[in-house]
Amino acid sequence: MLVYILRRIIYVIPIVIAVALVCFLLVHITPGDPLVAVLPADASAELAAQMRAAYGFDRPLPVQFGLWIWQALHGNLGTSIASGRPVLAEVTQAVGNTFILAVTASLIGFFFGVFFGLVAGYFRNTWVDKVATSIAVAGVSVPHYWLGMVLVIIFSVWLNWLPAVGNGPGGWAWDWVHMRHLILPAVTMSVIPMGIVTRTVRALTGDILSQDFVEALRSKGLKETQVFRHVVKNAAPTAVAVMGLQLGYLLGGSILIETVFSWPGTGFLLNSAIFQRDLPLLQGTILVLALFFVFLNLVVDIAQASIDPRIKRS
Amino acid sequence: MSATDAALQAAPVQKARGYWATVGRRFSRDKVSMVCAAVLLAIVLAAIFAPWLGLADPYQGSMIRRLRHIGTPGYLLGTDELGRDMLSRLIYGGRLSLLIGILPVVLAFGIGTSLGLLAGYLGGAVNTIIMRTIDVFYAFPSVLLAIAISGVLGAGIVNSIVSLTVVFVPQITRVAESVTTSVRNLDFVDAARASGAGAITIMRVHMLGNVLGPIFVYATGLISVSMILASGLSFLGLGTKPPEPEWGLMLNTLRTAIYVNPGVAALPGVMIFAVSICFNMLSDGLRSAMDIRN
Repeated sequence: MLVYILRRIIYVIPIVIAVALVCFLLVHITPGDPLVAVLPADASAELAAQMRAAYGFDRPLPVQFGLWIWQALHGNLGTSIASGRPVLAEVTQAVGNTFILAVTASLIGFFFGVFFGLVAGYFRNTWVDKVATSIAVAGVSVPHYWLGMVLVIIFSVWLNWLPAVGNGPGGWAWDWVHMRHLILPAVTMSVIPMGIVTRTVRALTGDILSQDFVEALRSKGLKETQVFRHVVKNAAPTAVAVMGLQLGYLLGGSILIETVFSWPGTGFLLNSAIFQRDLPLLQGTILVLALFFVFLNLVVDIAQASIDPRIKRS
Repeated sequence: MSATDAALQAAPVQKARGYWATVGRRFSRDKVSMVCAAVLLAIVLAAIFAPWLGLADPYQGSMIRRLRHIGTPGYLLGTDELGRDMLSRLIYGGRLSLLIGILPVVLAFGIGTSLGLLAGYLGGAVNTIIMRTIDVFYAFPSVLLAIAISGVLGAGIVNSIVSLTVVFVPQITRVAESVTTSVRNLDFVDAARASGAGAITIMRVHMLGNVLGPIFVYATGLISVSMILASGLSFLGLGTKPPEPEWGLMLNTLRTAIYVNPGVAALPGVMIFAVSICFNMLSDGLRSAMDIRN
């Protein structure tokens, strides 16, 4: 097992470097001066040169990349051009908020996805299956930013039950005042993982039920509920792995939902970084989110291998 | 000669139906797929022939008839925040929305299939270079990658198509590579090679036909995601620019109107949802039609 973990970690290192390179190049290959956002239009050439030197934009690209990586390894992602605060501080704060949202959404999506998937797979080709599959297809097809708007119309505008925007006053706390704000965005975000988990678990359940050991369990005289328990046990590792990856997608793809609900997370940060052309902030946020995704993939792989020894050998 | 022999000889020879003909027949018998195809066809045709449908000018606003409700006489689906006819804008909106949603998948299908075919057939160093590069793009969640690229390139239709194409190329390449690798080891490819066919001929003549099917089905499944993402980019202000009618952008500009006229504000999303779910259903239908084993 240790060898497998080490091998996976070694495999991840070049990916991490390449991801950093892509983040760096994305921002530097683009047309336009990165200083446009901060310099007044009538700034003198000297001032521009001064600023360029202050931000290090006057060095050659490879040097800039090297410096950036070196600084990043020491926990310094530069300074946000727009706010003047350290990028890392901005991102850390936002990641916390996005994490709350994405984890809650994953749990909701996972719960309903597993439930619908098991039911649909177990009662394949009945009306129950059709209903569950339709919900799953709707879940993966719905433009979630629109669903968010519709939920706001229903629960905030018409019923006035839940707040439409923000994450509550002050910092986050797990009390009703703040959790009320979490309900709509989390439910909106949960529909995609719900649909994907439903489809995965349904297919899994079908595969498992057609295997010989299920026949053996039945002929051994096991009750249907006990057979079902075996199905759940066999489907669990894959379902958890799919959910782990989905959490990564939610963390990285929260921008649309965070925009709809003005949720102060990484997506919101990304949005303002893009429109204020705050390149250090943009670069730093993308890097942190992508690295998080890589890390999550690694964890999922290792977790899966530790549950199912067959994976290690392949 | 007995009667049965005569009957046998007289019976017309039934030609075995080809694979694609069977798939087509199975597909056309699937009711859900056919309904979805009809809905999509209606939306696409309406979008193409919008100028000849006698609709109101989708750009012509009016300050005195803003945000009319659905069903107002003369404005079947109401008017938007600038008093422009919603029915007209929804139909015209299909032009850009469908273009920026479908084109990236078409482009990625072409690029991804070529890359995957090369990587899968040539193997070795070429495979390593292509597939490891693809791995890097896989390290980004797709929404993040799309937004990062369009955010950096700036708003615009072309930029949003480029960014979505970059998002889908790795996914299609991976599928194409794995399908190609599995086909490459089949006997008929060896036979072609033994008979002296060059690499390009083998790829074009012998392999393309065998790998296109699965890749195509996979790509059709991506259209739904692409539609949502493309409109999502416009929704964020990173795609189409006003005053062009486009569903995502319309959703964005109508967002402030949800307190005044929620029905109208939600309409563009209904279009995106309808198109996206229909493409998903079609893709599922196609997949099960091609799975002839059961």
